[in-house]
Amino acid sequence: MNKNEKFITGNQAIIEGAKAIGANCMCGYPITPATEILEEWAKLNSENPKKYAMIQAEDETSAGFNTIGAILAGAKAFSATAGPGHVLIQDPLSMAEAMRIPFVLFAMQRGGPSTGTVIYGQQEVTLACFGGNGEGLRVVYSISSVQEAYDYSIKAFNVAWQYRFPVIVLGDGYVAKMKQKIKVSKAPINIKSQSFFNESAFRNLRNCFNVESQLAQVLNNDIKEFRAISKKIVESDQKYCQDAKIIIIAHGIVWQSVVEAVEILRKKKIKVGCFRPITLNPFDGVTLSRFAAKCDKLIIIESSAGHLERLVKSNLITHVKIECLQKPVEPIAVEEIIRFIK
Amino acid sequence: MNPIPIFPKCYKESSKPHKYCGGCGHGIALKELGYAIDELGIAKKTVIGLDIGCSLLAWDFFDVNSVQTHHGRTVPVMSGFKLIDSKRVCIAYVGDGGGYAIGLQSLITAAQRNDAITVILVNNTIYGMTGGQTAPTTFSNEKTTTSPNGRKCWETGQPFMGPEIIKSLNNLNSFVARASVKDPIQLRQIIKQAINNQINKDSFSFVEVLSTCPTNWHMNAKESLNRLNNQIAKQFPVGVFK
Repeated sequence: MNKNEKFITGNQAIIEGAKAIGANCMCGYPITPATEILEEWAKLNSENPKKYAMIQAEDETSAGFNTIGAILAGAKAFSATAGPGHVLIQDPLSMAEAMRIPFVLFAMQRGGPSTGTVIYGQQEVTLACFGGNGEGLRVVYSISSVQEAYDYSIKAFNVAWQYRFPVIVLGDGYVAKMKQKIKVSKAPINIKSQSFFNESAFRNLRNCFNVESQLAQVLNNDIKEFRAISKKIVESDQKYCQDAKIIIIAHGIVWQSVVEAVEILRKKKIKVGCFRPITLNPFDGVTLSRFAAKCDKLIIIESSAGHLERLVKSNLITHVKIECLQKPVEPIAVEEIIRFIK
Repeated sequence: MNPIPIFPKCYKESSKPHKYCGGCGHGIALKELGYAIDELGIAKKTVIGLDIGCSLLAWDFFDVNSVQTHHGRTVPVMSGFKLIDSKRVCIAYVGDGGGYAIGLQSLITAAQRNDAITVILVNNTIYGMTGGQTAPTTFSNEKTTTSPNGRKCWETGQPFMGPEIIKSLNNLNSFVARASVKDPIQLRQIIKQAINNQINKDSFSFVEVLSTCPTNWHMNAKESLNRLNNQIAKQFPVGVFK
């Protein structure tokens, strides 16, 4: 391996990305399968506590509010969690959404509901995209490999600090814990972080308003800005969709199985393609609809009973037959996909 | 000796008169906090965090940097802020619901960890903003909207003694005290001691401020002051504990 390559886990890759982009504070609470993100940061903290500040909080709610405090003070701070912790951290995420605080969260999905299982699921999609008592003004990237854990760790900080909306990198325990060889970039663009407060002009920040019309004014502006940036940051990927009669839609680690299945089916002359939303919020409904308009049917494949299905259906602007292969909390193998298509 | 100005210099004039009910103790607590900030000359380097509840009505009280957070979450926001900007004076202004109920875990953790922040907690034995529900500090037999027949302390516990609990945490340098709006001069001295402890000892400080809530106590101003000076003063002793 050359020096630009590393053989590491997804959780380690997240920290490598955070380091590369100049993150200097993490506040978190241990929870499987995201714990190693905090542990990896703790190693950095033990070597250089000024450069890599850290709080191991009393719970995920506090971890998120610690993170907000650190960001307000000028840090490029972030948190990481999973499952029930992801539920708790929606409270500070909601504040970040309201106050345009560039909050980066790494959420490694595990099985739910409740404590569920500790490794895998795709049931935190709706929570990531629309959790909190707001309008879902947060960017959600769904990663499918260790390389993407690194790449989207960097991108998450840049997008958050550029546009000042919360950004969630959504993975799962498989991506978090498996090891792959990745390429690390040399000099990613790094948007500087500044304190929300200075000593020359006082600011009184709030997220509570006296009347609905006051809040609506602020919120409508935020919604407008989120919609405007959505066009710039929306991301998707596809294979063979141009001439496909069947298009499979999947995200996250399931995408890996789908791509492999599609390659096999193509060799058997079956006109199948696949589409992957990389940003789950905003969702690239425009591109998907363009392909969908030309195919016979869409097949949604996910490790949940309908989180992705709901996103697809609410973003499609064309009529097309839809079938689903849904296995809540269970992984989906290449062979199962091939059997389903045939 | 220079006469004390009518209002603290760090008051934000545009937000006055303040929004608190007549006879509420918050106005006195905040005024003394303002004087303390003036006298310590720390207006520029202070950041105040404000909890939900009546505390949030002070979101623009001072010409001092401030951020209003969620219920019970002001302490962790200030802890995170201080971690990054250690030269700032970080003050969390919270109520007895935010500090002793929903945010107790964070308060205890910040105290145990000896975070160099100052927490000022206003204890009026009730949830004020939401209309007078039972708080951890509510007295036995005190009627609230969630204990209409009076709080049954043999079922729901005795009034929560915050400073007494926090002082027992094993931090030699922390400062823990209780003051009352009935004695504003002492209140200011205690707030100044607490802030100085943050600055000079780089340590945690906590001040519980006994206060009045005529609206939810269903009392007039005089009756409220009588309750503060008698019943409340007996239950919650004032002084520096640590």
